[in-house]
Amino acid sequence: MRAVSRPAIETVGLQREFKGGLKAVAGIDLAVAPGEVYGFLGPNGAGKTTTVRMLVTLLRPTGGHATIAGFDVATQPGEVRRRIGVALQEAALDLLMTGRELMELQATLHGIPRRAVADRAALLIERVGLEQAAERRVATYSGGMRRRLDLAMALIHEPEVLFLDEPTTGLDPTSRATLWDEVRRLRDEGTTVFLTTQYLEEADQLADRVGIIDAGVLVAEGTPAALKAQVGAPHLDITLGGPEPDVEAARIAVGPIGELLTPGPGARGAQLSLRVAEGAAAIAPVVRALDEAGCVVEGIEVVRPTLDDVFAEQTGHHLEGAGEAQPVVPA
Amino acid sequence: MIAPALALARRTLMGAVRRPQFLAPLVIMPTLFLAVNTGGLTRTTDLPGFPQVGGFLDFELAGAITQSLLLGGVMQGIGTALEIEGGFFDRLVASPIPRVSIVLGRILAGSAIAAGQVVWFLVLGLLFGATVHAGVPGVLLVLVIGVLAGTGFAALGVVLALRARNASTVQGIFPIVFVILLVSSAWFPRELLQAPASWFADYNPLSYIAEGMRDPIISAVSARAALEGVAAAAAMTAAFVALAVWALRGRLRDA
Repeated sequence: MRAVSRPAIETVGLQREFKGGLKAVAGIDLAVAPGEVYGFLGPNGAGKTTTVRMLVTLLRPTGGHATIAGFDVATQPGEVRRRIGVALQEAALDLLMTGRELMELQATLHGIPRRAVADRAALLIERVGLEQAAERRVATYSGGMRRRLDLAMALIHEPEVLFLDEPTTGLDPTSRATLWDEVRRLRDEGTTVFLTTQYLEEADQLADRVGIIDAGVLVAEGTPAALKAQVGAPHLDITLGGPEPDVEAARIAVGPIGELLTPGPGARGAQLSLRVAEGAAAIAPVVRALDEAGCVVEGIEVVRPTLDDVFAEQTGHHLEGAGEAQPVVPA
Repeated sequence: MIAPALALARRTLMGAVRRPQFLAPLVIMPTLFLAVNTGGLTRTTDLPGFPQVGGFLDFELAGAITQSLLLGGVMQGIGTALEIEGGFFDRLVASPIPRVSIVLGRILAGSAIAAGQVVWFLVLGLLFGATVHAGVPGVLLVLVIGVLAGTGFAALGVVLALRARNASTVQGIFPIVFVILLVSSAWFPRELLQAPASWFADYNPLSYIAEGMRDPIISAVSARAALEGVAAAAAMTAAFVALAVWALRGRLRDA
């Protein structure tokens, strides 16, 4: 008989209502398997950070329950804290201390024996590439260096479950790539990672499974590939040209060829999106139809489904910034 | 509980040393106050009913120490509030340590800084002609009462920070504490205060703390003043430490 392993993270009907009646998290059910990287994707204010704060015992749930490594966050918070590493949204570091001092403090707080503290700190400092800066005060670190130090501190006690709350927000592409590499390495080592992000690409690249949250509710969950497959066919982004583009005439013209979609964020007035089963093969009939309707086509692009499409399909609106350029991560 | 509290106290002390702009006002302001008082009000000692003292500086030293210790409480309060604002407090709360250690670490650092403050004023006093009449036992008694009181004020700062949750509010609340110092016998003998100030001073623990430290400076140790000073400082410290732990629990419960 095959042994069934308990989930590393499990929530059932998890809720958090703040004073004044604001329900930031309105009943979330999820289960994250040991060793899995779970991407928790959603726009600002969707409830990501509130969920994480409940899971790491910083906020009490007002409904439902959650367990980490089998321990209840509300009734066994001490056991939970021993098993988790936490890097919250803002790298909360003591700027007056050096990187090494902070690492050693964190090791002490996690009960690492005194004789092992220095070695463990040095190992992790090296792992995140901060050897040269270890004796400098954190105040002199760049944003990326602070994030790396924050991550190293979260790993000091080799946690079973690591929570990373928007770890790359505001980072430059190189720092982002370094953190992505580290998350991949952690996955390879078998650490469960719960990663919140508002970046589609980040969730797509790093997560084994993605949960999409909006207005405190989990609206979709699955592997990135499966979620995108649910949305179905690619779509064409059509930009109309000419002095006065007639968007309505264009919509009527291409309507029979595919399914008209809500324009994505960043779309201008003279753009439309059309889902077509044939992909690029539909370009010719679309251009022909638009030509016959007297519309000038300035540009046309085949767009494969993204997690934003999944989000839009589930919620009727797009992720904030999904249409904006996201920092490119070097290969 | 002890190891994390000590580690956090050490961190707070390192931070204090590395941020002299926070540490310096603890002694500079009361030193200036002491200089102004002793420079311009020396003939106060001629007032009828004023205790027999070697000089006005001898009398005022305890007031300066008490004021300095109160400022130390402000510093610990602001430090705690800044930790809450900056998120470092959350890091500590998410660590597998007894949560009481978080406040104890801050309060213990306050105790160590208080010892330094007491030593500063005793050395300053001796340099400018004051005498600790009770000798070494007197110095030790001043140190004991000063450290106890400094611990209590640090705990009060933590209480205010945990309730207010931001540094500017803590800073705004603390002047009230200085008003309470003014209606004590820290700067002026209780016997010469008029009602209602004398009434407030009689019930103000700061009076007994200041008098407990003043007594061995201006005379031989008297059991009554020493006991009252130690008791007032200890009771206040016990109350504020308990309040700090309660405030922490309340804050975490409300989270």
